[in-house]
Amino acid sequence: MNEAPRYYVPHSSPWPIIGSIALFVTAYGAVTFIHQSTDTVAAEGSFGQPIFFTGLALIAFMMFGWFGIVIRESLDGMTSGLLDRSYRMSMAWFILSEVMFFGAFFGALFYARIISVPWLAGAGNNLETHVLLWPDFADTWPLFMTPGGGITEAMEAWGLPFINTVILVTSSVTVTFAHWALKKNQRVLLPIWLAITVALGSSFLILQVIEYQEAYTELGLTLGSGIYGSTFFMLTGFHGAHVTMGTIMLTVMLLRSLRGHFSAENHFAFEAVSWYWHFVDVVWLFLFTFVYWF
Amino acid sequence: MVAQAEEVIQHRSKLLAYIARWLLTTNHKDIGTLYLCLSFTLFFIAGAMAMVIRLELFQPGIQFAEPQFYNQMVTMHGLLMVFGVVMPGFVGLANWQIPLMIGAPDMALPRLNNFSFWILPFAFGLLLSTLFMEGGAPNFGWTFYAPLSTTYGPPSTDFFILGIHMMGISSVLGAINIIVTIFNLRTPGMTLMKMPLFVWTWLITAFLLIMVMPVLAGLVTMMLTDRHFGTSFFSAAGGGDPVMFQHIFWFFGHPEVYILILPGFGIASQIIPTFARKRLFGYHSMVYATLAIAILSFVVWGHHMFTTGMPVTGQLFFMYSTMLIAVPTGVKVFNWVATMWRGSMTFETPMLFTLGFVILFTIGGFSGLMLALVPADFQYHDTFFVVAHFHYVLYPGAIFGIMAAVYYWLPKWTGHMYDERLGKIHFWTAVIAVNLTFFPMHFSGLAGMPRRIVDYSLQFTDFNMVSSIGAGLLGLTQILFLYIVIKTIRGGEKASARVWEGADGLEWTVPSPAPHHTFEVPPPFPPMMEDNERTPLNE
Repeated sequence: MNEAPRYYVPHSSPWPIIGSIALFVTAYGAVTFIHQSTDTVAAEGSFGQPIFFTGLALIAFMMFGWFGIVIRESLDGMTSGLLDRSYRMSMAWFILSEVMFFGAFFGALFYARIISVPWLAGAGNNLETHVLLWPDFADTWPLFMTPGGGITEAMEAWGLPFINTVILVTSSVTVTFAHWALKKNQRVLLPIWLAITVALGSSFLILQVIEYQEAYTELGLTLGSGIYGSTFFMLTGFHGAHVTMGTIMLTVMLLRSLRGHFSAENHFAFEAVSWYWHFVDVVWLFLFTFVYWF
Repeated sequence: MVAQAEEVIQHRSKLLAYIARWLLTTNHKDIGTLYLCLSFTLFFIAGAMAMVIRLELFQPGIQFAEPQFYNQMVTMHGLLMVFGVVMPGFVGLANWQIPLMIGAPDMALPRLNNFSFWILPFAFGLLLSTLFMEGGAPNFGWTFYAPLSTTYGPPSTDFFILGIHMMGISSVLGAINIIVTIFNLRTPGMTLMKMPLFVWTWLITAFLLIMVMPVLAGLVTMMLTDRHFGTSFFSAAGGGDPVMFQHIFWFFGHPEVYILILPGFGIASQIIPTFARKRLFGYHSMVYATLAIAILSFVVWGHHMFTTGMPVTGQLFFMYSTMLIAVPTGVKVFNWVATMWRGSMTFETPMLFTLGFVILFTIGGFSGLMLALVPADFQYHDTFFVVAHFHYVLYPGAIFGIMAAVYYWLPKWTGHMYDERLGKIHFWTAVIAVNLTFFPMHFSGLAGMPRRIVDYSLQFTDFNMVSSIGAGLLGLTQILFLYIVIKTIRGGEKASARVWEGADGLEWTVPSPAPHHTFEVPPPFPPMMEDNERTPLNE
């Protein structure tokens, strides 16, 4: 019985309930904010925007507090190998759930490309739909003209998107170099590689913003320009949000490594962030292939 | 005066400590209790909505509910029952039982566990508040098909969307916690193939949750952007397709219905061996059958939409894959019956509810097979036959499963035996009322009565009157259930550690009521039962 693992059960904690309240405030604020800005209901005197941002601030506050406790526990050596394994497993399963989240949008993309657009143009047994409802509609992808008549241009794959691909793949390599440096206890190289990764992530985001501007101002490609624009912005937008989160997380890892956190054996947070970063990278490769390229 | 003031302060601080305990707790038993209380509360709220529906359908014509309000009741009843009653009910059972059954001190991530729970009251608060909003609550059915929910949805739809997001976060985090607990915290010696079946079914359920809840989140996100940001996922004019909504919804929705039943299978597989005083027949085939059901659940979603326009090859594929599910399900029913075969059976309340579960769930399974046949489904689609089918798998399936589990483990949780006589009355009235309510719906459905409509044709009146009377009885019965549970919590005959003569498993090695903290060191496995007889779970 002596070598049986020792369990660590934390005491009661205020952070989860703060997180629940934060989520609620954010959700409520988001809806009233949207209603306010789209005039869905008479929203005079409602405070959607400030409530929404208060909610987001509360979420950030909760994360600081909650992760703060976990970091302190880890630094105090309370984290057993068993708990470390729990953390690792849960991160892996969390990434699977993220994969499925993107899966929904990729599903929509493939459904539109393989089924709904050809069917609207008369494929299969849908000739009458085509002739009677949308006689001028042609099956193309990217969809330049919607059945309703909306017109857009496509985003070229080999400009900014290709540069972004190179940037993100490189950043996946540099974060791995950082990991190797950590494992070999090279405390100087670790923050350098991390800083390079953060820089690459940030430049990806800047280029993405430039690309969006180009899409909106020059190409007429917007959220509203039919299923092509819908899938384009939904996929790249959520991916961009994930890159933003990943970059923030990497920055935290950078700051923590500068403060001497992590050891060659005990660095779950770092690994979790690097897994997340690789995941974001892989999603981008699929995006580049199916949204931009083919 | 001073003494009085001190008393008040003391009283207040006690109250605060009490509230803080439940708000901040990281204990799996506390959190399990919270989940079960939430589930029970929403059960009565959603049940009251069902009463409104049945009251309105007692006679043809419009009596009590305006069509708009009727639609809101149908929608909220479905949403609350699925997301608010059955799912939290099963998660509550998982929280209480999984650590006890695998010899773990708690869930793997106790703080996250608290988070998963406390998101829910807020999410359901948000959802229920839509009833009082301008334009009314969501009124498009729990399946919220586009364009009913996009173009034509009331403004409150957006609160519904964010509510679904919150429930999704809670479910995914809870599922991660359960999987990690099962994989990482089993007591040494309990290999995967020696786990109690309730744990196995929850492991698979949690996997399904992680796979499909994010898809639902993606779906409602697309709804939100279609409603407010000009996207055209579900609008043909922009190159999208309302039918795509149904594909994505049912890609989530079909695994979801197994999420609602698999833990019930696990509960039946715990209870039947106990009261048949035999080992479970075909443990391995039970595990593989559950896995097969879970995997198949990803490739059958099209059977919900045979009439919405699908190539014949698609219809054939979904028809055959759906019928294939009958095979592993049949294996399970066979194994339950074979476990009882020549067993030394007694019929305490948990066993009664389980038997009701096995028999009535099987009836629901059979009507499911009828619905799987494409040509027949053209006739049954969107009729009360469908309502009869899924209420047979959900009420005497999922809900009876939860009730059986509550009777089975309540002595372990409270330390008291429930009132067996009242329990039996509860079961028999419930089983009669369930059949009275839902069996006539088969007939009215086959005769062509459409679902989700406030009024109906004169010839369906008799069947609907019977249904409504049954529903009233069913509602009253559950008040008896509430009384039994409260009575058991407050007192009663002391329960022994093992509680049931034929019970087996680690949870029966700890005293009743289970102490606040159990298994601070991993217990020996196979468990040492009270009479010091080692009883291997399966060999």
